[in-house]
Amino acid sequence: MAISLDKALGIHQHALEGRVKRAEVLANNLANADTPGYKARDIDFQAMMEKAQEGMSGFGMTRTHESHMDTSPMGQDSELMYRVPNQPSVDGNTVDTQQEQTRFMRNAMDYQASFQFLNGKVTGIKKALSGQ
Amino acid sequence: MSLGSIFDIAGSGMTAQSLRLNTTASNIANAETASSSTEQTYRARKPVFAAIQQSMLNPSQQGLAFGSEEGPGAGVRVEGIVESDAELQMRFQPDHPAANEEGYVFYPNVNVVEEMADMMSSSRSFQMNVDIMNSAKSMMQRILTLGQQ
Repeated sequence: MAISLDKALGIHQHALEGRVKRAEVLANNLANADTPGYKARDIDFQAMMEKAQEGMSGFGMTRTHESHMDTSPMGQDSELMYRVPNQPSVDGNTVDTQQEQTRFMRNAMDYQASFQFLNGKVTGIKKALSGQ
Repeated sequence: MSLGSIFDIAGSGMTAQSLRLNTTASNIANAETASSSTEQTYRARKPVFAAIQQSMLNPSQQGLAFGSEEGPGAGVRVEGIVESDAELQMRFQPDHPAANEEGYVFYPNVNVVEEMADMMSSSRSFQMNVDIMNSAKSMMQRILTLGQQ
């Protein structure tokens, strides 16, 4: 019986990765809060997780060429979407600073939660390996 | 894609905002610099911001991949600093040492109220980027403790 660490850790490693990616997108929105014409973006986290689950269930495809479509769980940025602004601004920027900051904070909290789950898994495996 | 790139993104935001703060300081400092000709008079300076796209930084992702030009982006950059085209203020001050033959002196086209508002906006944006960096730092420190008791 082969031991698969990937399977043991479950979805949480993908969730953590997704959270980091979303943090990056939100940080970019906030950095461009004063850039004229910049459109705020976000990641569809749910779609990302569904993709990760599909990948875990064993139907994932392997890329043999770099120009192939990337179907890996955290691969392409197909989940990146544009936000619909609440109040349009004159210079075409759609970043709502308060909202973005709230989302960033919440994302950081969700990251902590995912981390706790992952940490629990890792400590569990460690305990099992040391036979305690 | 990593937490490290958040540092770059927030860092680029901080650089851009501090440059904006710099031009604002320069504008306010020179708001009352009089001169006798329109060419020599100081003009208000404004930075121009533009978003950096990831594909520019990472050429391997360019080209064939779907939506590659729509990458998550990598912060903000300053395209350049432009001088304001607003009209200079002409004041009649015959006693001024820099007055021209008709007794007029030219003052810069700096709107101090506008500059103050700009200053508030840029310092707030700077703070926000610092907050982002702090959060990213604590997230990163957390991942280093993975597997520890």
